[in-house]
Amino acid sequence: MTTMTRAALGDDELRRLESSWRDPGGFWGSLTHVDHKSIGRRYLITAFAFFLLAGILAALMRLQLSRPDNSFLSPDLYNQIFTTHGTTMMFLFAVPVMQGLGIYFLPLMVGARAIAFPRLVAFSYWMFLFGGIFLYVSFLLNAGPDVGWFSYPPLAESLYSPSKRADVWAQLITFTEVASLAVAVSLITTAFKLRTPGMTLNRLPIFVWAQVVTSFMVLFAMPSVMLASTALICDRLVSTHFFDAEHRGDPLLFQHLFWFFGHPEVYIIFIPGTGLVSTLISTFSRRPLFGYLAVVLSLVATAFMGFGLWVHHMFATGIPALSRSFFTAASITIALPTGMQFFCWIATMWSGRVVLKTPMLWILGFFAIFLIGGLTGVILAAVPVNIQLHDTFFVVAHFHYVLIGGAVFPLFAAIYYWFPKITGRLLSERTGRIVIALLFVGFNLTFFPMHVLGLHGMPRRIYTYPSAMGWGSLNLVASLGAVLMAAAVVLFLLDIVRALRAREVAPDNPWDASTLEWATSSPPPNSNFPLPPTVAGRDPLWQNPPDQPVVVGLRTDIRDVLVTHVLDAEPDHRFEFPTPSIWPFLTALTTTALFIGSIFTPWAVVWGAIPVFITTVGWFWPKSPDEGGTQPWPVRRTLPRPNESPAAGGAI
Amino acid sequence: MYQPSGDLLAYPYAMRSGDIVQSVLSPAGAQASSIHQLWLLMLWTTTVVCVVVLAFIAVAVLRHRRRDEVATIPTTPERSLVRSVWAATTLSLLILLMLLVASVWMTRGVESLEASGALTINIIGHQWWWEIEYEDTSPSRRVLTANEMHIPVGRPVVLKVSSRDVIHSFWVPNLQGKRDLIPGYTTAIWLQPDRPGIFRGQCAEFCGLQHAHMALDVVAEAGPDFDRWLEGMRKPAGPPETDQQRKGHAVFMSRRCAGCHAINGTEAYGQIGPDLTHIGSRSTIGAGTLPNTRDHMNAWVKNPQVSKPGNQMPPNPLSDEDSRALQAYLEFLK
Repeated sequence: MTTMTRAALGDDELRRLESSWRDPGGFWGSLTHVDHKSIGRRYLITAFAFFLLAGILAALMRLQLSRPDNSFLSPDLYNQIFTTHGTTMMFLFAVPVMQGLGIYFLPLMVGARAIAFPRLVAFSYWMFLFGGIFLYVSFLLNAGPDVGWFSYPPLAESLYSPSKRADVWAQLITFTEVASLAVAVSLITTAFKLRTPGMTLNRLPIFVWAQVVTSFMVLFAMPSVMLASTALICDRLVSTHFFDAEHRGDPLLFQHLFWFFGHPEVYIIFIPGTGLVSTLISTFSRRPLFGYLAVVLSLVATAFMGFGLWVHHMFATGIPALSRSFFTAASITIALPTGMQFFCWIATMWSGRVVLKTPMLWILGFFAIFLIGGLTGVILAAVPVNIQLHDTFFVVAHFHYVLIGGAVFPLFAAIYYWFPKITGRLLSERTGRIVIALLFVGFNLTFFPMHVLGLHGMPRRIYTYPSAMGWGSLNLVASLGAVLMAAAVVLFLLDIVRALRAREVAPDNPWDASTLEWATSSPPPNSNFPLPPTVAGRDPLWQNPPDQPVVVGLRTDIRDVLVTHVLDAEPDHRFEFPTPSIWPFLTALTTTALFIGSIFTPWAVVWGAIPVFITTVGWFWPKSPDEGGTQPWPVRRTLPRPNESPAAGGAI
Repeated sequence: MYQPSGDLLAYPYAMRSGDIVQSVLSPAGAQASSIHQLWLLMLWTTTVVCVVVLAFIAVAVLRHRRRDEVATIPTTPERSLVRSVWAATTLSLLILLMLLVASVWMTRGVESLEASGALTINIIGHQWWWEIEYEDTSPSRRVLTANEMHIPVGRPVVLKVSSRDVIHSFWVPNLQGKRDLIPGYTTAIWLQPDRPGIFRGQCAEFCGLQHAHMALDVVAEAGPDFDRWLEGMRKPAGPPETDQQRKGHAVFMSRRCAGCHAINGTEAYGQIGPDLTHIGSRSTIGAGTLPNTRDHMNAWVKNPQVSKPGNQMPPNPLSDEDSRALQAYLEFLK
């Protein structure tokens, strides 16, 4: 397909197109990138680096807990470590890595040349990176947050946490929330306005649906935690007493705000995972996904219901029984949409022919692990059982089954699946199988015993325990399992290094998949598609007729993008896209200075706003009308009809 | 640590917990028993669901494997797939509803307060110990103690919980689920032990540096034993009897001990640390950190920061002689 379109466009025009969409090279040039593939790659690599850092912290915790009365870590360090581990995994790994996949693949999957608001996406990456560096520099300076990834007041108030550690947590939240909100807006707009003609809403790939649903959840959930963390900073910085019971504040208010975000957060991480599962199951069952509509509705239903069960994190606080029963009902019934997705996946495999390549093996691992995590979730939804198991190692086991099963296994599946698309190289099938086996066995060895430990009374977040408790052996098993998990990750990294240095080039569509990201070369060219394809069904590469039209009539000398209508993706107008710019980077720098400064003095908000203002003015400096903006569409007839000769309409 | 359990429930994962009893799986009270029944119902229901779903996945993956060479496969008609998915979804809904009804039903039993004839105890959380106060209509008959709670078997006990500083969570798994201790709030739970025993509990909400060392013992004993214990607790500390105890008393009063700790019947009435009127009768030091023996107490008083770093009690450099005298006095406070 690519060779055809290349031929149709002509070498000169193709070169001009590629140079229009090229971001500058070099160190300084790299600070100006706005290409979604470049930013997406950075997001993925950075998030994965934080995954490794948080994994090292987890290994330290497992070392400390491997035997009773251990003094390897001091309580002070242990508390910093578990807080930083949780905060990193939630805010610097799980959410950004899924958004990174969205940034890279969403435009490709909808046949677009670019992501909407590319400079905003660039800004979000810098905010994410600076926030993460800020957290880890603080941690290395012995100022890592130590009050849990939830930072409940009054413990997080200055009376009980007089150092800057709780501020570091609260301000990290601000960094990551700014970043994820910016990405959410861009992904929604890309999915709604930049789809290629023919891709009506009911042909949207499931992964795109999952990203859209997740992004809407981000828009509604993140402001809640930003409110909570900002109010906490105000309490600490200017004594506002939002959460201080002594001054008629309310510690429970923080918990409501936090969990109104915190529970949807789980689904913000997990819904993209299910989108990946649906995508890969369809590809490797060699048939379109069974129950497309049911799966989409399940995602939407999960998103809505996900906002109605936050109180199950607060069952032990003494909230009245009637309201707790309501949240029990919501927490139990949210299993239903996910169950329905499970049944659709089984039906897809049942009626297809399952090909057990490595990505699919990861999906099988997902099934086994996530199923257990989901079912212990149903158990934890019941108030009586919850008040026994809440804040014990049973819960630690539960959410690692949910998050590693529901997000990390699908993520690894996605890495194996899309690695050839991103890099043009293939990962090893054989090594991949070993990695899966090690991680699967290691994971279960580490986390399954934690169910039992919780039932036998081991609470979370304790840095040690007396030997008389009898928890020693299972903790040792868990720690040994962690060794296997670490081995799996090391092997995986080695295989990545090997693949990147290999000569063997991956084909454009190694899995014979059906979605549009496979309709271009591996890795994709700067413009994504020399001539963007249009689609005639949900699985275009399986269903498009050979004479399916392509999009022509976009200028090649500027970054010209076709904007389409929300529902039916009919062409609407052309838009000249923003070019590389240093301003998003500079704005992120000034915003970072403001955020970090405001930990120390409220005046940083006042004086820090000035450089932020200057950099945003630079960013939004008005252009003259002939430099970009909206252009009428069509400039000429664009979509050659299927039975027309290429010459009549442009090219096929 | 594994050993086959003779328990009727015969968990495949039964675990011996030494002398210490702190487990959801061996309930010793009405509330924990109800919760345990609900747990068993949910455990077995979800286990069956898990096995069935995994079996279907296995079949779905493997059923066309042998025909790998065949390019096209005989597809299952969509209509029968639709029917199966609907049937499975409906069945899931019914199972979930069953579990929901069971949960709401059990919640009523576990949560409703039975006030008549109940013993009322106030529990106040501190970083990192438990203040325990037995209510009485006459203030002079109130009993204040710490980190060790005695309760009668077979009689309802109402616990009114609150916190003096940060959020803690009271959890004695053999008797009842947990309840958070939140500053500014006082909430109540009840429990009723149905057999005697010593049940350990531990703070279950992260409360700072020494969250790991915030335990308490709950001693459930027969009614008459309990009444005797409570009567004993109402007595103030008597005058020290031996010379060494008198010297120890003097050390306690002249050093900063009395600034933080109270001993009823003496001029020590500090409110910052646990009440020590009956410290000699308690089984642990530092909220479950150390067993209450002379050596441990000696080490604890000299430097509590060794075994429980970060707790609010400062090191107390004492001469060996003073230290021995102080131990004798503290042991005398039964």
